Amino acid sequence: MTEIIVVTSGKGGVGKTTTSASIACGLASRGKRVAVIDFDIGLRNLDLIMGCERRVVYDFVNVINGECTLKQALIKDKRLETLFVLAASQTRDKDALSAEGVERVLNELRAEGFDYVLCDSPAGIEKGAHLAMYFADRAIVVVNPEVSSVRDSDRILGLLASKTRIAEGGSGRVQEHLLLTRYSPRRVAAGEMMGVDDVKEILGLDVVGVIPESTDVLSASNAGTPVILNAESDVSRAYHDAVSRLLGETVPLRFIEEPKRGFFARLFGG
Amino acid sequence: MGLLDIFRRQPPSAQVAKERLRIIVAQERGARGGPDYLPLLRRELLEVIRKYVNVDPEAVVINLERDQGQEVLELTVALPDKIQGAKNATAAGAKP
Repeated sequence: MTEIIVVTSGKGGVGKTTTSASIACGLASRGKRVAVIDFDIGLRNLDLIMGCERRVVYDFVNVINGECTLKQALIKDKRLETLFVLAASQTRDKDALSAEGVERVLNELRAEGFDYVLCDSPAGIEKGAHLAMYFADRAIVVVNPEVSSVRDSDRILGLLASKTRIAEGGSGRVQEHLLLTRYSPRRVAAGEMMGVDDVKEILGLDVVGVIPESTDVLSASNAGTPVILNAESDVSRAYHDAVSRLLGETVPLRFIEEPKRGFFARLFGG
Repeated sequence: MGLLDIFRRQPPSAQVAKERLRIIVAQERGARGGPDYLPLLRRELLEVIRKYVNVDPEAVVINLERDQGQEVLELTVALPDKIQGAKNATAAGAKP
């Protein structure tokens, strides 16, 4: 049974690709067979975050157009045995993706026995974003605790509830999860940033993860190593927790409170 | 910063954000779910009605209610009272 998960947000720059890469790695590190697909046609980026940009020969659109086989286009990850990347095309043709084409590729991935297919959605609500979510069983909605991101996410929730195959078929709904990124417990404590509960209340969603703001995210993308693979980082721990929750485990939220600073730390700063 | 400002603190910005979002999200959710043609339908109805009565753009309210598989399209037009209406009609007539 293959589960299709879309990673979406509406707003750009909130961490969709970082999240797609890390969740894909997290699932694969637990032995799941995972394919992660970049739906951002024209603006390929997942390959860079995954560190496989120099190994892209064929892409998603090549597969859809029958210019290569799916096997030829799937890039096997060098770190995790069961992880594969399907890169976005750099074409400027907006109509390169078709619903039939996407469905065909997803069906082929199903037939190949993948456990999870992650669809990394482009920003916006155009065709790429629409097709990334259309066939999804579940959705990870990536949100920054910031007004425009929250509002755009709510818009995306409206689309998930109406413009997906599950919703159109009337057979149920896409299971939605909230993933907060760039969370700063210090700023939340100071009343400068909305907290988990605030965003949860506004959007009415289950929280699958809270990823703390960290310099580790940029370092990871600089290196082309998904941040979840940096075992030293709280960001990695937070993503691993999110993966556990996706797999149905109950894990308490971490990194949502400012760490208590000891007397000396407070005295000397740092 | 004056001493009194301590007591006149603004609410924390996160709280302001939450309040603003609560309102706009509720409003946008209310408009959602209906068929895409609703806004256009509203505009065209308004144009037709305006041929006969000069109503305010806000006077036409369209509601779509779903009840156990049955959909009811409810249309409310608040007609202006006569004198006001005549006034508005002249005012509107003066415009190109």
